[in-house]
Amino acid sequence: MTNDARLTVAGIRADLAAKKISARELVTEYRSRIDRENPGLNAYLALSPERAFAQADRIDRMVERGAELPPLAGLPLAVKDVIATRGIPTTCGSRILEGYRPPYDATAVERLEQAGAMVLGKTNCDEFAMGSSNENSAYGPVRNPVAPDRVPGGSSGGSAAAVAAGLAVAALGTDTGGSVRQPGAFCGIPALMPTYGRVSRYGLVAFASSLDRIGPMTNTVADAAALLGVIAGHDPHDATSAAVPVHDYTAEIEKRVAGLRIGVPREYFGEGMDAEVRAKVEAGIALLERLGCRRVEVEMPHTDYAIATYYVIATAEASSNLARYDGVRYGVRAPADSLAAMYRKTRGTGFGAEVKRRIMLGTYALSTGYYEAYYLKAQKVRTLIARDFQQAFEKADLLVTPTSPTPAFRLGERTTDPLAMYLADIYTVTGSLAGVPGISVPCGRTAEGLPVGLQIFGPHFREDLVLRLAHAFERAGGSQV
Amino acid sequence: MESGISPDVLARYEAIIGLEVHAQLKTASKIFCACSTRFGDPPNSNVCPVCLGLPGTLPVINRRAVELAVRASLALNAQVQERSRFARKNYFYPDLPKGYQISMYELPLATAGWLEIEFDGQVKRIGITRLHMEEDAAKALHEGFPDSDRATYIDYNRCGTPLVEIVSEPDLRTPAEAQAYLEELKQTLEYIEVSDCNMEEGSLRCDANVSVRPRGDGKFGTKTEVKNLNSFRYLARALEYEIERQIAALEQGERILQETRLWNVAAGRTETMRSKEHAHDYRYFPEPDLLPVMIDAVWKQEILEAMPELPAAKRKRFVAEYGLTGYDARVLSATRELADYFEAVAGAGAAAKSAANWIEGELLRRLKESGSATPAERIAPAELAALIGRVESGEITAASGKRVFARMFETGEPAAKIIEAEGFGQISDSGEIERVVREIMEREPGNVAKYRAGNEGVLKFFVGQVMRATRGQANPQLVNETVKRLLAG
Ligand SMILES: [Zn+2]
Repeated sequence: MTNDARLTVAGIRADLAAKKISARELVTEYRSRIDRENPGLNAYLALSPERAFAQADRIDRMVERGAELPPLAGLPLAVKDVIATRGIPTTCGSRILEGYRPPYDATAVERLEQAGAMVLGKTNCDEFAMGSSNENSAYGPVRNPVAPDRVPGGSSGGSAAAVAAGLAVAALGTDTGGSVRQPGAFCGIPALMPTYGRVSRYGLVAFASSLDRIGPMTNTVADAAALLGVIAGHDPHDATSAAVPVHDYTAEIEKRVAGLRIGVPREYFGEGMDAEVRAKVEAGIALLERLGCRRVEVEMPHTDYAIATYYVIATAEASSNLARYDGVRYGVRAPADSLAAMYRKTRGTGFGAEVKRRIMLGTYALSTGYYEAYYLKAQKVRTLIARDFQQAFEKADLLVTPTSPTPAFRLGERTTDPLAMYLADIYTVTGSLAGVPGISVPCGRTAEGLPVGLQIFGPHFREDLVLRLAHAFERAGGSQV
Repeated sequence: MESGISPDVLARYEAIIGLEVHAQLKTASKIFCACSTRFGDPPNSNVCPVCLGLPGTLPVINRRAVELAVRASLALNAQVQERSRFARKNYFYPDLPKGYQISMYELPLATAGWLEIEFDGQVKRIGITRLHMEEDAAKALHEGFPDSDRATYIDYNRCGTPLVEIVSEPDLRTPAEAQAYLEELKQTLEYIEVSDCNMEEGSLRCDANVSVRPRGDGKFGTKTEVKNLNSFRYLARALEYEIERQIAALEQGERILQETRLWNVAAGRTETMRSKEHAHDYRYFPEPDLLPVMIDAVWKQEILEAMPELPAAKRKRFVAEYGLTGYDARVLSATRELADYFEAVAGAGAAAKSAANWIEGELLRRLKESGSATPAERIAPAELAALIGRVESGEITAASGKRVFARMFETGEPAAKIIEAEGFGQISDSGEIERVVREIMEREPGNVAKYRAGNEGVLKFFVGQVMRATRGQANPQLVNETVKRLLAG
């Protein structure tokens, strides 16, 4: 196995069955890659060798027995650190949860392990998934493996970097306003945000409950389809997970794309977009047309309000979700003479600046006298944004947009300007608010070699369509346009 | 209270009282997880990641809890909402592991209900503003540990126990009315098996909103909220105290401050807990982790059909069906268990009025004395009916009946067995009585002669002798007749 070998889910399973490699060898190989590369990248925060080797031995015994291997057998998997893993540190990139080890596994992790995946460790992220550059991690920024002086995107920056650098074959990320798709775009890998309710949130440490979603980040669209097939479906532990039947995504992606109507919303190609990104996305759309897709122009008039709406709702929910980190039961406690002082010191020193900023914004938005003007108003606009999507999907089967207005920016470039950082979420937060599925798929590179992402949105629970188009695009050379 | 306010002054004012009652729903598991709700288990033994609010966990509503809350709503004549919604009530306290309580706010489970109370022979309808569901908090233990001077321990067993909060309209005018309302509410919730309503274990808790105004004034005065009224005794005493405190303040020209006050049991007074300025801003917003609670007509009908008879309906039926007095009906329907017992005794053939007398007299007295227990465990209803039958038919005397009852209560043995074994059977056999009378006449020839000589007073002597010889079990009427007949020769 060479360093740059890009393994896939199907390839690993076939190689295991053919005894070309053992699961134990895979874990060993990825361990040594991580030992070698991670000090530079800072993609992993914690490793779980015991758990990975135990799972590898289980898979190897199945191979020995000649048993039918589960769909993700021997898959070296990284898990974003906001997802609970039993006995393995889960810090959410925050000081306040330093040393915290959950006594339970997230449903998605449990399902992936049951399907044969091997959890290598936990990946770095913006603190509590709040950020677009991974620079808000209490444990240091992650470097983009494509261009080490640049950010990998965020908040799932560690997951994106781990996959892109070959330190995992697949990773789980989480997406609240773009946190799976944007780092996928920055690091040049496919990254899927499933429909809200498609994948259980049980075990996903909440940032904004009505927006948070777990999604796969992989080397190929087919791998994303394979992972989604395992983690999708109703979970009795999550009341908001949907009982909608799960497609056979691996089969669905092979279907024809010719004749699909792809909607291009004018509002996503306005000011503030990098010229190279625009050119690449236009080239990507042209490629889709060559594949037989029909381009239709659509309008999404409420797009301008998406950032404000998103930041009101997300911070409001966050202000409540993060109240539990009080130093009483787990995580870090700053000792003090009184209860109030203990709260103040614990939260004052435990949370980073961006998290505190969002807690304050959200607390304000929910306060008596402001609730109607902010939170309630934002909910109404959210409905209008969802209606934009609904109306666009009457004209188009799928929507195609850029994932991010710019390619990966330099470390430190935007840390002093939170508003600029927020505004860069413009293309991703709309789909988050509407609850629809979206993927970022590599769409060429800039002159400097920085990856560009093409975003594809589909109607609720139509991941089959989203993945089908992304798969066809990838196979037609989308990453080279 | 030593307010020193004269009764005349008190009489010039009227109190306005509304109660907020929290009742623990009688479910086996907690409202959002599968942990047991059992009371009294070792601290922190009934906990899981969900009720501890560990990062990443999510609540899932307990359907049984919703059913019980809907049952309570229907019993309180409230409008069950087709769509209600949980919200988050945000505040920091160590007994609240998520930093918010999941409760209902702008869309409660039910609204606009009422409950009738009987007071001074008058029926008064008390409005119920709303009924909503919520989770209980944990219990902070500030005392009883070696380091309690420095540390507080928290028992999360109670955390996540399902509660209903029942908010009354400000329709109550006196502490006694408030007490009657709470008693009626408690009885109703117990009857329909929605809650144990055990105030000592905290499964029924009560806060009050209190204000006063000069009689005849249309406007409400400024109210205070009084917390910690967790027994009937405290409720009345705390309300009396608070009403007099407010009147005294007004009489001295002071303003009533809108605030939350705590009933200090030991000191016997209410004390400021927090003022309006320090009131929490709970920042309620809809709970995004739970779907709205939808209760359609079919589900509501199912719950309605499973509803046990309510106390008021039962009282009416007891009067109509068994010809009981209103008083008897009220005593016998005090608990569902006692009412069921009465109906079983009557159903086993005892006359209803006699059954009522025996139950209200002997049974309740002995139950109280023995500090026990369910009546049917001491005396099976059919056995009480059998005993009543023996007394009514004159087979044994009423006095013997009470003694038999005592033995039945102690031993649990059937009436017939005790009557037979202990010779309680009344002697109505004329041959047997005749034999005894003749024996005595043979023993007392002098007195026989006296009687026959015209001294009728001797008759009583002979009757007394016969009763003594039969240990009081001879039928007195028969004894009288027999003595007269035989003495006459
Ligand atoms: Zn629990």
